[in-house]
Amino acid sequence: MAATDVNIHPSEEMRTLSLSGHVGFDSLPDQLVSKSVSQGFSFNILCVGETGIGKSTLMNTLFNTTFENEEASHFKNGVHLRPRTYTLQESNVDLQLTIVDTVGFGDQVNKEESYKPIVDYIDAQFENFLEEELKIKRSLYNYHDSRIHICLYFIAPTGHSLKSLDLVTMKKLDSKVNIIPIIAKADTISKSELQKFKIKIMSELVSNGVQIYQFPTDDEAVAEINSSMNAHLPFAVIGSSEEVQIGNKMVRARQYPWGVVQVENESHCDFVKLREMLIRVNMLDLREQTHARHYELYRRCKLEEMGFKDTDPDSEPFSLQETYVAKRREFIGELQLKEEQMRQMFVNKVKETEAELKEKERELHERFEMLKRTHQEEKRNLEEKRRDLEEEMNTFNRRKVAAETLQSLQGSSALKKDKEKKT
Amino acid sequence: MTTNIRYKSRLMKSEDSEDKQYVGFATLPNQVHRKSVKKGFDFTLMVAGESGLGKSTLVNSLFLTDLYKDRKLLNAEERINQTVEITKHTVDIEEKGVKLKLTIVDTPGFGDAVNNNECWKPITDYIDQQFEQYFRDESGLNRKNILDNRVHCCLYFIPPFGHGLRPVDVEFMKALHEKVNIVPLISKADCLTPNEVKKLKDRVRDEIERFGIKVYQFPECDSDEEEEFKQMDKELKECTPFAVIGSNTVVEARGQRVRGRLYPWGIVEVENQSHCDFVKLRNILIRSHMHDLKDVTCDVHYENYRALCIQEMTSKLAQDNRTDSPLPILPLPTPDVETERLIKMKDEELKRMQEMLEKMQQQMHEKDQ
Repeated sequence: MAATDVNIHPSEEMRTLSLSGHVGFDSLPDQLVSKSVSQGFSFNILCVGETGIGKSTLMNTLFNTTFENEEASHFKNGVHLRPRTYTLQESNVDLQLTIVDTVGFGDQVNKEESYKPIVDYIDAQFENFLEEELKIKRSLYNYHDSRIHICLYFIAPTGHSLKSLDLVTMKKLDSKVNIIPIIAKADTISKSELQKFKIKIMSELVSNGVQIYQFPTDDEAVAEINSSMNAHLPFAVIGSSEEVQIGNKMVRARQYPWGVVQVENESHCDFVKLREMLIRVNMLDLREQTHARHYELYRRCKLEEMGFKDTDPDSEPFSLQETYVAKRREFIGELQLKEEQMRQMFVNKVKETEAELKEKERELHERFEMLKRTHQEEKRNLEEKRRDLEEEMNTFNRRKVAAETLQSLQGSSALKKDKEKKT
Repeated sequence: MTTNIRYKSRLMKSEDSEDKQYVGFATLPNQVHRKSVKKGFDFTLMVAGESGLGKSTLVNSLFLTDLYKDRKLLNAEERINQTVEITKHTVDIEEKGVKLKLTIVDTPGFGDAVNNNECWKPITDYIDQQFEQYFRDESGLNRKNILDNRVHCCLYFIPPFGHGLRPVDVEFMKALHEKVNIVPLISKADCLTPNEVKKLKDRVRDEIERFGIKVYQFPECDSDEEEEFKQMDKELKECTPFAVIGSNTVVEARGQRVRGRLYPWGIVEVENQSHCDFVKLRNILIRSHMHDLKDVTCDVHYENYRALCIQEMTSKLAQDNRTDSPLPILPLPTPDVETERLIKMKDEELKRMQEMLEKMQQQMHEKDQ
């Protein structure tokens, strides 16, 4: 679809009229609110940080509940992402919260590939959404949006500066997701060191061109608080899963031999600020930024890769349809070529096997002939032998008969002689 | 005369009738003490661990000086491809007439790069180099002024942010445990509650045993020591690895000025035993076991290196037809080249005969069939 810009030219007729009565379209925001409340909200957080730095504890503290979580080991081979979805309810608002954990981040000896699984995961979520958007029969209304809205990057409280791994990872992520850097386990840094640490981190981020999420200052309702919070970045937070009695209340805190660190005490840490900014004020803006900025960037890159353009070489608005048809033709052509190739291969193979089989057949014939010949020869030999034998038998019979007759003659003559003698 | 000084023999007087049968070699400890004070001591300590774990601060707290006044820390981008360097700081400190020449060997850049494959190699090379140099000096002709630069102890800093040892920690300790005394420490312990400290210590101890890493063991105390001493020793052994906190600043706590860290929720005192194990570490390292560390380095690690070195040298020389070596070759149980050759020949003959036997068996088998 061609993008048509709606330009409001001063020459066009657009008049503002005043109403003479109450029409009632001021209830539109309320209708929108009730619709979105009934639809429910979804929010996806990605927590990136070393093992044991306090990601799970902070999530528990932030949402005031306990998400079940096993402790991760330090000896994983690579970085894995572990997404978990929970449904939370507060007043009448439903929230589908997905927390994605990076397991094994920062543990390996060689961390050059550590950022890749994270980037791949974020891209995969964008890809899913893009696919849904490009479908013919699509249901964006019901689609469970799994794109990451916010990435909380946990910085280890060394007190000096960012680690090299942090810098490399944040540079890879800043164009794909909203990043809010936070200093984890901040109860190990004293106030003066914290100030210096924050300044060092921000200067390093700026000098390396890392774009972290800035709280929006264009809406006057929240501009003031947002701009003051922007100056407090990165937030130094503490999380706690235990509660301690202070005064007459149970508060989330950490008990040390030298004092008690209260999580919700603004002079102890910036947790309240983080919660305020993340959940109470800017949650919607984070979702919109993800869709409007990061997702659009991804979509643009992906479609340009596929060969789509917004304008022709002649600067005419290009029709998506035409490009699509052209691409399709190309694709089909390629397919046909491949089919031809495969068919050729098949035919060649058949020919080869046929030739082989013919050879074998010929061989078999030859052998058969040979066998037949030998058989006949043998038969002939046998015949000859039989004839010889018969002849022998005949001669033998004759001789026998002759000998018998002779004998009988001799016998009879002897008898005669005897008879003559007797008479 | 009775005195309460440790070495009673200090006031030996020849006209004392009680000491008629007294020979006098009980003054030996005395003499040792005097001579060693005159000679001075030296100690080389290596600190290893990732940046930002508090190594420099701890060294400053241990020796109550500021060794790292003007150092420049690298930015994160410069550290992406950083290689490990070895830096040495030597200071001479003196306390009550006892002089100590302390050398701190630092390893900036360890574990900081993105790819840390074999990042411990420069460190093992350095330790081997020191051994080699001492070996050469010891075997030389003029042995008066040998400088002992061998590393006597290596403090390895484990980050408290994780759940235990990480692969790079395990690899490092396994590469070094036979070359130097390793004392593992849990650094920045002020981010762990007492329960978490105990859990982490148990975890680390288990993993050290599981991976077979030989860390420095405190020597067993003799059975005739006092019960209190034995109890202390047992507690000490159960406390490893020590969870330490260091501080460069002095704060005011409970009316005193102490080394500590000031937080909005309280003050951590470095020398408070209920806050961290810094005092235990200092006692072990400096006050009671410094000499034992040196002894183990000399007697165990150095001797291992030396034996290995000599073995390699003799086998190499034997291959090169026995040229004159500058070192006296000791009779070692390495097999002679001649006997080796004979053994090889006999092996081959055996193999040949076995093959022939098999062939004959096969033939007989066929004939039967």
